[in-house]
Amino acid sequence: MEKSNRVILDAKQFDLTIKRLAHQLIENHNDFTDTVILGMQPRGLFLANRIQAELLAINKKYKVQVGSLDTTFYRDDYRRQDNPLIPNKTHVDFIIEDKKVVLIDDVLFTGRSVRAGLDAMLAFGRPSKVELLVLINRRYERDLPIQAKYIGKNVHSVTSERVKVTWASKDGEDKVILYTPAND
Amino acid sequence: MTKLSVEHLLGIKYLQKEDIELIFQTADHFKNVINRPIKKVPSLRDITIANLFFENSTRTKLSFELAEKRLSADTINFASSSSSVTKGETLIDTVNNILSMKVDMVVMRHPNPGAAYFLSQHVDAKIVNAGDGAHEHPTQALLDGYSIREKHGDLKGKKVVIVGDVLHSRVALSNIFLLQKMGAIVKVCGPLTLIPKYISSLGVEVIPNLKEALNWCDVAMMLRIQLERQDTKFFPSLREYSMQYGLDKALLDSLDKEITVMHPGPINRGVEITSDVADSKQSIILNQVENGVAIRMAVLYLLAGRIE
Repeated sequence: MEKSNRVILDAKQFDLTIKRLAHQLIENHNDFTDTVILGMQPRGLFLANRIQAELLAINKKYKVQVGSLDTTFYRDDYRRQDNPLIPNKTHVDFIIEDKKVVLIDDVLFTGRSVRAGLDAMLAFGRPSKVELLVLINRRYERDLPIQAKYIGKNVHSVTSERVKVTWASKDGEDKVILYTPAND
Repeated sequence: MTKLSVEHLLGIKYLQKEDIELIFQTADHFKNVINRPIKKVPSLRDITIANLFFENSTRTKLSFELAEKRLSADTINFASSSSSVTKGETLIDTVNNILSMKVDMVVMRHPNPGAAYFLSQHVDAKIVNAGDGAHEHPTQALLDGYSIREKHGDLKGKKVVIVGDVLHSRVALSNIFLLQKMGAIVKVCGPLTLIPKYISSLGVEVIPNLKEALNWCDVAMMLRIQLERQDTKFFPSLREYSMQYGLDKALLDSLDKEITVMHPGPINRGVEITSDVADSKQSIILNQVENGVAIRMAVLYLLAGRIE
């Protein structure tokens, strides 16, 4: 089905990248007392959980709460697709009022999911600051003025290409590939 | 399954089991939404919904309105008592006039059975039946089924008895369809004058004795005696009805097991159910009302997804 695919991150690079992102967070957030992480459903949550585990592995004092955020009801392409969008679970059991929020997604592409994520997040309070962390940043592909603060890897790609992130915990292997769908 | 098999919600009769499951799953997410500090999502911000109530209603109307507002839809309300219907305008004319103001969906309650179906054949908007005479009340059955699922985990194999005025009840008919589609076993109980003659054709058995019925069931759905629909006398007096078919605390406590008590509202306290039962911990009447908003949000959300 996939005409051509190129591995952008293999398992080893993947692991290093996550470690680096965790350290960058530590640099800016001291001991994380006022910081919470929101992973965007469905696949940003995998990254959020990995970052949370990585922080704990670095030092037990870096305990940070992770919530999952579903943006379905906030999307701007509802009814522009053939089927209604089916939501995932939102699970945020803390208040983000006056907290520093790190919003996490796997791939930053057009920026529309992040825009919806920002709206969805506001239902849980008014954060003091919001930062965006992504594993893959597809440059030159933005529809909206949205930029990530922490980036795992920048990728130069054309619109017809797709980025796929697979997770050891779900798909058996940590890997990022760039491919062109066959029917394009 | 990611979309409903129907264009309109006219009755449970037209739904598949998968549709009902999809509505329940979507309602789970909306129940989560309405329990947040900010209870509103912008999904239907470009949709306008008309609530047409040709018959009185409190909770259904409020519940629909709240569901629409929590989805950010624009709403207009209409009650027949204060409208041109009293001047002799027909249903199609009334609705077409409203639709020419660019309305996308219509929620309608009407005293005539089949009114919602009739409208769906003649106008170009998504129709949600909010009760048509003694025919169907699909969102009520959905919220009842959802409340049983919430309390008991699953509907499959659950024993439900519907007690009281089955003859005049759209809630009963919709619930029989829904519960049977979801694999529950339904029986009815009440004075034989208030049980429809052809109930057995739906595969529903009648248990004439209330205590026997309650001992059989997991869930008892008590119906309201619809005094406004009774031109002739179906039973000698309310007091006699209440003695034979009213559920009081003594009866509830005398049963072999703890059953769940439901009522679609409005309650005639002291007739079909006493106050201490309605307010007991076995009653899920107020959960039904809360779930009503989530279910209606799910129905509107899924139907709006089918607007071209």
